[in-house]
Amino acid sequence: MTELGLDLNIVWFVLVGVLFTGYAILDGFDLGVGALHLFTKTDQERRITLNSIGPVWDGNEVWLVTGAGALFAAFPIVYATVFSGFYIVIKLLLFALIFRAVAIEFRSKQPMKWWREMWDIGFFLGSLLLGFLIGVTMGNLAYGVPIGADGEYAGDFLSMLHPYALMMGVTTVALFMMHGSIYLVMKTEGDLQKKIRGWVNRLIIIFIICYATTTMATLLYVPHMVDIFKHNPSLFIIAILNMLAIANIPREIHKGRDFFAFMSSCFSIAALMVIFGIGYFPHMVYSNPNPEYSLTIYNACSSQKTLGIMLLMAIIGLPVVIAYTVSVYYIFRGKVKLDQMSY
Amino acid sequence: MERRNGHDSPTMDVEILSRIQFAFTISFHYIYPPLSIGLGVIMVITEGLWLKTKNNIYHQMARFWTKIFALIFAIGVASGIVMEFEFGTNWATYSRFVGDVFGSALAAEGIFAFFLESGFLAILVFGWDKVKPGFHFFSTCMVCLGAHFSAVWIIVANSWMQTPAGYRIVGEGKTARAEITDFWAMVFNPSSMDRLFHTLVGCWQAGAWLVISLSAYYILKNRHLEFAKRSLQIALTVACITSLLQLYSGSRSADIVMKYQPAKLAAMEGVFKTKPYTPMYIFGWVDVEAEKVYGLYIPGGLSFLAHKNFETPVKGFDTISPEWGRPQLINAVFQVYHLMIAIGMGLIGLSFFTVFAWYKGWLFKWKWLQFILVLSVLGPQVANQAGWYTAEMGRQPWIVYGLMKTSEGLSKTVKAEAVLFSLIMFVLIYFLLFMVFLYLLNEKIQHGPDDKDLIPTGKLALPEKNK
Repeated sequence: MTELGLDLNIVWFVLVGVLFTGYAILDGFDLGVGALHLFTKTDQERRITLNSIGPVWDGNEVWLVTGAGALFAAFPIVYATVFSGFYIVIKLLLFALIFRAVAIEFRSKQPMKWWREMWDIGFFLGSLLLGFLIGVTMGNLAYGVPIGADGEYAGDFLSMLHPYALMMGVTTVALFMMHGSIYLVMKTEGDLQKKIRGWVNRLIIIFIICYATTTMATLLYVPHMVDIFKHNPSLFIIAILNMLAIANIPREIHKGRDFFAFMSSCFSIAALMVIFGIGYFPHMVYSNPNPEYSLTIYNACSSQKTLGIMLLMAIIGLPVVIAYTVSVYYIFRGKVKLDQMSY
Repeated sequence: MERRNGHDSPTMDVEILSRIQFAFTISFHYIYPPLSIGLGVIMVITEGLWLKTKNNIYHQMARFWTKIFALIFAIGVASGIVMEFEFGTNWATYSRFVGDVFGSALAAEGIFAFFLESGFLAILVFGWDKVKPGFHFFSTCMVCLGAHFSAVWIIVANSWMQTPAGYRIVGEGKTARAEITDFWAMVFNPSSMDRLFHTLVGCWQAGAWLVISLSAYYILKNRHLEFAKRSLQIALTVACITSLLQLYSGSRSADIVMKYQPAKLAAMEGVFKTKPYTPMYIFGWVDVEAEKVYGLYIPGGLSFLAHKNFETPVKGFDTISPEWGRPQLINAVFQVYHLMIAIGMGLIGLSFFTVFAWYKGWLFKWKWLQFILVLSVLGPQVANQAGWYTAEMGRQPWIVYGLMKTSEGLSKTVKAEAVLFSLIMFVLIYFLLFMVFLYLLNEKIQHGPDDKDLIPTGKLALPEKNK
């Protein structure tokens, strides 16, 4: 507790959550656009989808970098345990991240068909794999992973690929594809937009099926994630708001108010992250079996002094960050137009 | 490499593989940030000149260098995320130990540098026609500033590993960890400012010599002459200033090393026995077994550099307390250090000689000089790498100097096979990446500056019309 009566550990749980939520919302549509990339056919269409995220994808990834940095600084023990324990997953995530970035950058630099096909596939697979791995990681954290008495991860790579985690991976991909398709509707026009508009409803249905299945699995097999909701029924309102936001998407799309549809989609991702955070609190890594070895916001954190210094940085930094994120999106608003600087 | 007690061979494999992986990934990454930091400065200068003089050739230059910058930046970002994750994946014990201190520097880099850089980069690269010239120039400055901020926080973090300050150790044995006691003492630890300056000057050199090299290439091929001459003029000015600055900052960095890491200095110059008139080698070979150095040296040179007189001895390994240990690869530290010095001196000579040759009118006649200038881009690149190898290999056997050994910082749960897998993948992916990078860079160079950029369009055209 500080002089202000703030519990800094909770503040940092929220702040790390905010950074990862920012990442999920922003890079979420990037990854979704990537996962839909091969479904567009002509080179012109593919260039438009690629350039819809052209000026922003790089900044979106910074949310992940900063989130990981904040995790390292505020909860170093969590950072160390998760990153070393999930070694192969994290490395695959890195390879996908690198490959995808490079594919975006290089695709349109040469006119040859094979060249563009190659990077299109790289962009598609990288995006798909990233979304899936993020989901698998979240699924493992939610389900709980074996943690030893020494605070180290005691499982291996294959034990991470259990059905619940895989289901979470698929759900995350579905979520991002839905989110990405709505973003594309907002950024495109004409025939391409018409085509993508047709995808949105189908992607929403796929997502809802995945989401419902994952939720059922959570209720049945991951009771510790839902305990708090059982004891505090009022929290259920977040889940309802989430459903309303998702239901609102086809309505707005139908009315042609694409921006509001996109905002609904952003809101629903934020709501999902909030539900995850509330269910998981105060854990950072839930140990299953042996919950007593779990890493929490209190036993895996940095010193109060460091948390305080970092809070000051966040207070100075975050408003500025949000200001120029908003202004970049504002400057590049509207439909995609290809010009000589485009990808 | 010597085998220490208490480590069976699997652990040893993990250590070697993890170190090779970190060295490989960071060496590859470090090709790019110096270029983007240095090129950032050149872009600020050219775009500033355009706004000031309204001469559209500077607009063409700003556009061209921005394209090169974007390519370099993309690979820099993609390869940069790796390190931030690698501390956790491969150096988990280290991360637990230093997270409180080291993590905050990395988080600060994200908040203060990366967002600034990536946000304004969008405007810099894609926003030429969308914003007014003044605002575009502002964005260029912000990207350049962001790149510098990024260097600040990384050097602070690394310098804390070299000369830790502003911390205390809490807990004992396995649960021991460093906690910040004084944030500003941590940031301004004894070596951070000198090392930051040394690194930044190295980056400015990298950018300047890239521009020199490409301009010389166009002159050699007799293409885009006006463009090439103006670019050369700007870059050569930067190169002359920075080569001298580097001499000054290098000697300051050496002072800091002598004061805080005498074992590193001893390895850099191969000083085994402490004796008066300690020599400074121009080049040489260290026989570590025999504790001897063979080569050409200036008698008393190191004494003079260290103490400003030729007699006072510089500490050798014999008088340095054995608890500090010795770097495992003394000859390698010696060689990379001397390589860096030799290139630094060479760049001073080359930059001033080129200015002189230009003044005399020889530069545009002498193909051989143009050819050397084309190759010169490798100079700062190799020197920057060599400098970091000196700093990092010279820090061994410590990961945090005097606090934690490198062998103690590893991830306990990670197996050698897993590290080998990721290492092989990194080598493959980076090799592919590097080939594609060279290919695309060459494409851009062959395409050259766009003549239609001589007439600014969109909002950039406005000030011209108003005139």
